[in-house]
Amino acid sequence: MAGNEPNARPRAPHLQVYKWGPHMAVSILHRASGDGLAIVGAGLFLWWLGAIAAGPEAYAAFVACIWHDPSPEISLFHQITNILGKIVLVGLTWAFFQHLFSGLRHFVLDTGAGYELKSNKLWSTVVIAAGVFATAATWLYIMAEAL
Amino acid sequence: MGDGTHLGKVRGLGSSGHGSQHWLQQRLTALGNILLVSFLFVSLIRLPLGDHAAVLRWASDPMVALALILMVVSVFWHLRLGLQVLIEDYVHGPMLLLALVLLNFYAIGGGAYGIFTIARIALAPVTAGPGGM
Repeated sequence: MAGNEPNARPRAPHLQVYKWGPHMAVSILHRASGDGLAIVGAGLFLWWLGAIAAGPEAYAAFVACIWHDPSPEISLFHQITNILGKIVLVGLTWAFFQHLFSGLRHFVLDTGAGYELKSNKLWSTVVIAAGVFATAATWLYIMAEAL
Repeated sequence: MGDGTHLGKVRGLGSSGHGSQHWLQQRLTALGNILLVSFLFVSLIRLPLGDHAAVLRWASDPMVALALILMVVSVFWHLRLGLQVLIEDYVHGPMLLLALVLLNFYAIGGGAYGIFTIARIALAPVTAGPGGM
């Protein structure tokens, strides 16, 4: 099996020998954002669903843990998870947009288009920029709504 | 590595002949995800998420519950395929089998929990308690 064979076989050169470009960045970001969504995003979604089904008290406990604890004396644990929860939610928003835009790029690549060096570089850059922009726009909208 | 012989296939080496199926399923579930996760995303932005009664009313709407169940199927199918590739790239030797088994537990178990929970929410009897309906 791979990993156990003697080193006589030729090996693919790994990341450090290449000069980094946006196409490499968008590729690894597609994997990173996808894995983040698959593990953290799906897990949080199931937790949220379970809290909805479990009733108002459980749901309030869920919100107090990951978003805002309304009690006057907030425990140290909730102080930490309230901050952590917001970081995770912003991160998941970014992962959603990054994976969505990067996935759309892959649909275009699947047709055989967009492999020319210039257009590949351009669309890789656009995907990364759009992911950051859409995340910022979403959270500006949420904060504007909250005010 | 397997050389594609019958013995190699029996040992789980070489091509399994399912590569294009994996590729196609990843794309088709991706299309489902574009539609269904976008629906969830817009809903999350627009819902008063701190209000349990409002969220419950939304999630128990039959069309919403159906969309959520379809989303769970599409998402957990897609994430199983994606995480499989991740595991195959970084985990080697006997741990590979264990990792893939755990992945199936996660994908199938998580998906089943999600579908069952949505069904529970949608099919829960309406209680006419204080504040209910």
